[in-house]
Amino acid sequence: MRLLRGLSLRRKLSGIGMLSSLTALVSASIGFLVYDAHTSRADFLRRILTEAEIVGFNSISPLLFDDAEAAAKTLDGLRAEPAVGAAVITRAKGGGPFARYSRDGRPLPDFVTRTPPSSTAVSHVFEGDQLLVSKPIVFEAKPVGALLIQAELVELHERARRYVALGLVILAGSFLLAIAISRIVERTISRPLLRLAEGARSVSSKHDYSVRVPVEDRDEIGDLIATFNEMLERIQSQNADLEEARADLERKVEARTQDLAAANKELEAFSYSVSHDLRAPLRAIDGFSKALLTSYAGQLDEKGQHYLQRVRAGTQRMGQLIDDLLGLARVSRRELIRRSIDVSEIAQKVANELHSRHPGREVKVDVAPGLRAEGDPQLLAIVLENLMGNAWKFTSKREDARISVEGRRDGGRATVFSIRDNGAGFDMQYADKLFGAFQRLHSDSDFEGTGIGLATVQRIVVRHGGRIWAEGEPGKGAVFNFTLESSS
Amino acid sequence: MNDRCILLVEDNADDIELTTMALSAAKIANPLVVARNGVEALDYLFGTGAHDGRDTRDQPVVVLLDIKLPLLSGLDVLRRMRADERTRRTPVVMLTSSTEQTDVTNTYDEGANSYVRKPVDFENFVTAARQLGLYWTVLNEPPEA
Repeated sequence: MRLLRGLSLRRKLSGIGMLSSLTALVSASIGFLVYDAHTSRADFLRRILTEAEIVGFNSISPLLFDDAEAAAKTLDGLRAEPAVGAAVITRAKGGGPFARYSRDGRPLPDFVTRTPPSSTAVSHVFEGDQLLVSKPIVFEAKPVGALLIQAELVELHERARRYVALGLVILAGSFLLAIAISRIVERTISRPLLRLAEGARSVSSKHDYSVRVPVEDRDEIGDLIATFNEMLERIQSQNADLEEARADLERKVEARTQDLAAANKELEAFSYSVSHDLRAPLRAIDGFSKALLTSYAGQLDEKGQHYLQRVRAGTQRMGQLIDDLLGLARVSRRELIRRSIDVSEIAQKVANELHSRHPGREVKVDVAPGLRAEGDPQLLAIVLENLMGNAWKFTSKREDARISVEGRRDGGRATVFSIRDNGAGFDMQYADKLFGAFQRLHSDSDFEGTGIGLATVQRIVVRHGGRIWAEGEPGKGAVFNFTLESSS
Repeated sequence: MNDRCILLVEDNADDIELTTMALSAAKIANPLVVARNGVEALDYLFGTGAHDGRDTRDQPVVVLLDIKLPLLSGLDVLRRMRADERTRRTPVVMLTSSTEQTDVTNTYDEGANSYVRKPVDFENFVTAARQLGLYWTVLNEPPEA
């Protein structure tokens, strides 16, 4: 139905109604018209034939008695039939018209001059807007003459015209009626559909799932609307569930965040307390031991003085431990500030500082140029200070101490950095203990340390999303590797 | 040399004694006034309470102020000092165990002149005290009282 394409549903429905009623009406009218034309023509013919029969019969005696006047009178009887325009009686022996009749004195049509059919049967022919009837007049089975009638079809045409006009009027009337009815009927179908469309539009444009379309009838459209409403209800309830879950999640996150903030605060208070309060008694122990050693040295024998020295060494070591622990805690707490950093530059600074702090040592430090990574520069400096400081420390017993800092892409988005030394190394079976706080693989008398440096390093690397691992061999040296995101 | 006193605000008896020892070991001759909490320190500085009637034109050459104190904290004391015309310019050295970065920045924000961490090692402490005393009592030019 290309005709209806692009129209609204309402128009479509009225269009369909009107088209179908129009088609029905037109075809019915045409049918009636054709039927009427046919029957009225048959009636007309029958009428004229009857006239011809009567006039033919009445003309027998005038023909037999050759009474033209009587024949003309008989013909004049045709005046009662207004359709007959002209008529002629001819004699069987020929010789022009025996009697003639024409309405209103109009001239005889040319057909009467034609030779009439010689058969004894009546014949007729519709020719243009006239009917020609030829009726042999027979007396005792012998033709005595013929009657020729010319009837005009004006009446038939008039009737057809009237019929068509009437048909058109009826058509127009019923068409208007059909429009009115289809309007009403269409409304019962289109209204719920239009409401449904309206509802769907409001859902899609305003995301308002509380919309409901009223169900007016339990037909297919009613079912459709009911299903639509059901669907909305389900979406609404699912949305409510989702909203509920989201709110719940938000509450949980909020609660966790508060817990975390509280825990963080506690940790901060704790480390503050450690930093401040734990050190004060240490200072007292160390300070008063020193006072004893300086002011009362004379009253202490060598052993007593040695013990006091041990007390002082203990407190100083504990002070160092507290400092390192605080450093570790600070590293965990600190906010990461990521940026592109020049690892080579930091490593070179650390090397320079190690050299200036230990001028007596000769260590060859090789830092590969152009090493870069993504990370927190201060925290990365702590990593390098610890790892290079360790390498420095553990090569202290070698004459040809060498430390190198290298980096290579690991194929993905990370860069592997390696700090290599030829120092004391370690046994690989203890490799998993390296990064635990207070874990040490060497005795203090060999190499000093608190065992917190590598734990701090690991924490920093992990906080950057990297990995750290070490390889070593006793007496041959160690390699500490860690990954950081490559600088873009 | 200036004979104005040094005010030490410290609640820990050990630390008071150690600081006294360290200052005398460092040959700092200025008299040492000790306040054991923030309120006492303010009483001394502003001549109120136990120090009612003290001539407040005579302000310490330097105040050694601990952060963690009972009653008023070191930061509170510092804030009051900076808010008062008489002590607005008195040099204040925060002398504390804490190395918390927030403590350091807070005290500088409130107008501390220096921040010194008390070392555990007594010898280092003496060194620090000597340098402190030398700087604040000899080299530094304090504002006129």
